[in-house]
Amino acid sequence: MNPPEIVVDCLGQRCPLPVIAAARRLVELPVGGVLRVLADDPAAAIDIPAWCRMRGQELVGTSTVDGSPAFDIRRAH
Amino acid sequence: MGSASPLSRGILCDPAARYGLLVNEPPAYFDAASAAPLHPVARQAMLAALEDGWADPGKLYTQARRAHQLLDAARAATAEVLRVRPDELSFTPGGTAAAHAAVLGGLVGRRRVGGTLVHSAIEHSAVLHAAERHVAGGGSATSVPVARSGRLDLDAWSTAVAAPGVALAALITASHEVGTVQPVAEAAEACATAGVPLYVDAAQSVGRIPVPAGWAVLSASAHKWGGPPGVGLLVVRKGTRWESPYPADEREAGRTPGVPNLPAIVAAAAALRMADAEATAEAGRLSPLVDRIRATVSATVPDVEVVGDPVDRLPHLVTFSCLYVDGEALLHALDRRGFAVSSGSSCTSSTLRPSHVLEAMGVLSHGNVRISLHRGSTAAEVDRFLGELPEIVADLRAEAGVVGL
Repeated sequence: MNPPEIVVDCLGQRCPLPVIAAARRLVELPVGGVLRVLADDPAAAIDIPAWCRMRGQELVGTSTVDGSPAFDIRRAH
Repeated sequence: MGSASPLSRGILCDPAARYGLLVNEPPAYFDAASAAPLHPVARQAMLAALEDGWADPGKLYTQARRAHQLLDAARAATAEVLRVRPDELSFTPGGTAAAHAAVLGGLVGRRRVGGTLVHSAIEHSAVLHAAERHVAGGGSATSVPVARSGRLDLDAWSTAVAAPGVALAALITASHEVGTVQPVAEAAEACATAGVPLYVDAAQSVGRIPVPAGWAVLSASAHKWGGPPGVGLLVVRKGTRWESPYPADEREAGRTPGVPNLPAIVAAAAALRMADAEATAEAGRLSPLVDRIRATVSATVPDVEVVGDPVDRLPHLVTFSCLYVDGEALLHALDRRGFAVSSGSSCTSSTLRPSHVLEAMGVLSHGNVRISLHRGSTAAEVDRFLGELPEIVADLRAEAGVVGL
């Protein structure tokens, strides 16, 4: 997988802030581009995938980066 | 107004006036799934039982016999509603205590068979905490997933209960958070095939909708049906291997320790009879109001996800989540407008964790609102809520600068 074009650091932020950050930053990318959101609020693990589903964006995957949860989102439209 | 008015002035009116939070309409209470308002017959019954039923029903004198008669009558009335034998039913100090006893007692009673508890992923935290205790003590637990609607994955359930060493299976009859009614009859059939007793947490069903047969242990909670807090039901069907997880105590058939709270129990039984008699009519009245909430919220509030099964659901409960909205801010904004609701959002919980039910369903957890109606809820209250909600959500989104995202 290509490395994400933008990485947003939302560590320490509570939901819905990481989801809002994802919504704001994803549109800066061209369609097909990948945004990585770093978010350690437990709710982000539910709400980022749910946001992708509601918005028709693609959750490429979740991983752990330097001990923190990372969510990779590809702009689908 | 007599003695009640200083209290109501002090607690209900003054703070609202001080902070400029007075609302024109009387507040609408939409949190019956946490605690339904006390049914008027429960209040009457409790006052009468405080006069007549204060003695220890286990003793051998006139006052005790009177208390014993009241306890027997309450048990008989409650058992009749649940269609069980009176000696199968014990009154516990609340729904949580009943759930703990149901799980732990069911596991202890079948410890020779195995040490595994099977439960759905959307059980009440009381059941999950009992499961944690069981696991901490060397047992094991298998969590069975649900669909996005909140409905149990029956195939996964059937596989889980058929595994070797399963002592007990636990299933909530209907989700307290999203209202989805569970396939209890089918789950019970799978348990019967596997020879595993089924415990059902019927806290949101009893007094509202029928509970299908096939279970071995049941728990319920009086303040969900209009009884007082502090009364739970634990029913253990004849032939079920269940052993009290507590130190020995002869009361309530040895299933729960301590002198029963007789005035509250009498009130709970009186309220249950009424709730059961009114259940069909109330469901017929409240279910269309829930339909109205589901449809109107979806149509008038942008970016909202109404969750839970739209059809196979409790008649009185609906849950939705508003994208980009902070759940705690939403609860406070609604409270200022005179609406009491609950939320599964993490910012509203003491643990700061989102609801495990919303998590298991994979639905949005922030900006979450649960509405649960009761016999005092009116169409006018619901319409006032539906009229004000779009503006409340829009204001919060404008404040957060998330409009147009």
